Amino acid sequence: MANLETAAHPESLKRVVIEPVSRVEGHGKVTLLLDADDRVHQVRLHIVEFRGFEKFIQGRPYWEVPVMVQRLCGICPVSHHLAASKALDIIVGAKQLTPTAEKMRRLMHLGQILQSHALHFFHLASPDLLFGFDADVAKRNVVQVAAVAPDVARKGVLLRKYGQEIIRHTAGKRVHGTGSVPGGVNKNLTRAERAELLGEIDTIIAWSREAVAIVGKLFADNARLYASFGRFDSGRLSLVRADGALDLYHGGLRATDARGGTIFDHADYQSYYELIHEEVKPWSYMKFPFIVERGSEAGWYRVGPLARVAHCDFIPTALAEAERLAFKAFDGGAALSAPLGYHWARMIEMLHAAEGIKELLLDNDLSGGDLVVRGEPQLRGVGVIEAPRGTLIHHYRVNEDDQIVSANLIVSTTHNNQAMNEAVRQVARQYLDGRTLTEGLLNHIEVAIRAFDPCLSCATHALGKMPLELELLDASGRTVGRLSRAA
Amino acid sequence: MSTLLFAWGNPSRGDDALGPALLERIAAAQPGHPEWGEVDLLTDFQLQPEHALDLEGRERVLFVDASVSCVPPYAFDRLQPARDVGYTTHAMQPEALLAVFRQVTGRAPPPAWLLTIRGQAFELGEPLGTAAAEHLASATGFVEALLSGEWQRFG
Repeated sequence: MANLETAAHPESLKRVVIEPVSRVEGHGKVTLLLDADDRVHQVRLHIVEFRGFEKFIQGRPYWEVPVMVQRLCGICPVSHHLAASKALDIIVGAKQLTPTAEKMRRLMHLGQILQSHALHFFHLASPDLLFGFDADVAKRNVVQVAAVAPDVARKGVLLRKYGQEIIRHTAGKRVHGTGSVPGGVNKNLTRAERAELLGEIDTIIAWSREAVAIVGKLFADNARLYASFGRFDSGRLSLVRADGALDLYHGGLRATDARGGTIFDHADYQSYYELIHEEVKPWSYMKFPFIVERGSEAGWYRVGPLARVAHCDFIPTALAEAERLAFKAFDGGAALSAPLGYHWARMIEMLHAAEGIKELLLDNDLSGGDLVVRGEPQLRGVGVIEAPRGTLIHHYRVNEDDQIVSANLIVSTTHNNQAMNEAVRQVARQYLDGRTLTEGLLNHIEVAIRAFDPCLSCATHALGKMPLELELLDASGRTVGRLSRAA
Repeated sequence: MSTLLFAWGNPSRGDDALGPALLERIAAAQPGHPEWGEVDLLTDFQLQPEHALDLEGRERVLFVDASVSCVPPYAFDRLQPARDVGYTTHAMQPEALLAVFRQVTGRAPPPAWLLTIRGQAFELGEPLGTAAAEHLASATGFVEALLSGEWQRFG
């Protein structure tokens, strides 16, 4: 079967270019190219990578960076805050944080995971899952979820609110927190704060278990559809702890291929650039990362909850580990390569985050007073964290005057660029109806994209700036169909 | 019962800062206008479902955001709860927030309006543009008039 990324004989087809107008951040576009017999020959998902960051950051003193990077994204500012802090730990020579600092950061991160995963599942994914992909668009939204399952909607809002409270207590503020600094943190958690947050945690864990059960039941009830929808095989990348456990805050890099074979394991991410390169393709403004050892054709991979849960050796919290085992065993592993498996894995991680939050809140180290360490300064540092959507890499160089001279970021959505394209191609194969762009095709493409929850060049959210467009071009270059959905 | 002004946008992305910038101006003027009554000001990067909880106990709500499509300098519209279909968690419409409030609390949301201010450039690290600044000045005057009693004209 053709891979649909690039048509075999494009001379007979309409050449697709990204028009300048589409180079707007936060703008998703899918183009499908037909031949004279109306067969689909090419499918491409275009998402514009965020840009301008280097210019934004160059010349700034390094200690401003953990706060400044939060301006990149309003959805996952904590992930950027922590990844930058980890890179700058290296630059200030802080090889090992104090127990209080590391646990405060871990707590902040788990709060972020909890609130982000709750948002995704309850607000974005649950309408698809509860009503089906073919449901009328007027029905597939959170308002309708609330109408048929008001308790689910309420719990979703309150789960997210709880995660935001964890962030507020650990980062200092709900927005633009300052809690993490190079070499540590600038605040601890009082016993009173811990007691306040502990008061709700058992409810949060219980609701997270319910959410896992909802997705598990949906898979059981729709096994064939869920396992096949947009399915493709790929490699995986994530951090893992030294003992192979899931660790969202720190670890070594593990890469596995589509068959589960190890490409590298426990690799030191300070040298990530020797392991991962990024390919530029003329049709996309977003780069395509790949594992150097396998080359650009075979070395692409997916990141995020599905990759993490699928290839960690175990999850170090009991309830989530039991769910991981059920997830892996489902239908002989059918969920492990299915885009909709992201939803299931995401809820398992949410449960793990809730359990981890409880463990940390019970730990007196959170109230310790030793917050920052320093060591031999360095001129280069890399920080990697498993953000809600996947592996996030921050890489900085500084000069002798402590100013940032260069920065490189690889965000989760960039890692998943090829994987998202593959998912959309699979959906196009299954649901494209000749020359007519149907609402159903748009729905199904949206379902596939939603599974990854791409970061759309974050933090620009003026109304009307984030549509998803679907374009169908025939062999003569004529646009024969166009659908757009504002977001 | 208070009036809530809720703006969202990224202050570091050019004209995306219009909403938060308007609230800064209202905050600066607020001490000189006791006749406005109780007015709460909230800003965030983005509108998200949990913000439904911030609507609790409000007499009325004014949402403020930058827009790439409204007629300059600004547009002002009454909102009704409505569906929201998207493909990313990175955007939410204020109408959907009202609907989330209704479904989560079982009660009607407070009367709500949307003020959109026309912006043009949204690059990271850029300041507010000249045209956007003019639109902001007009919109600020409009909101001050609203708070001084013009709400009555809009029900």
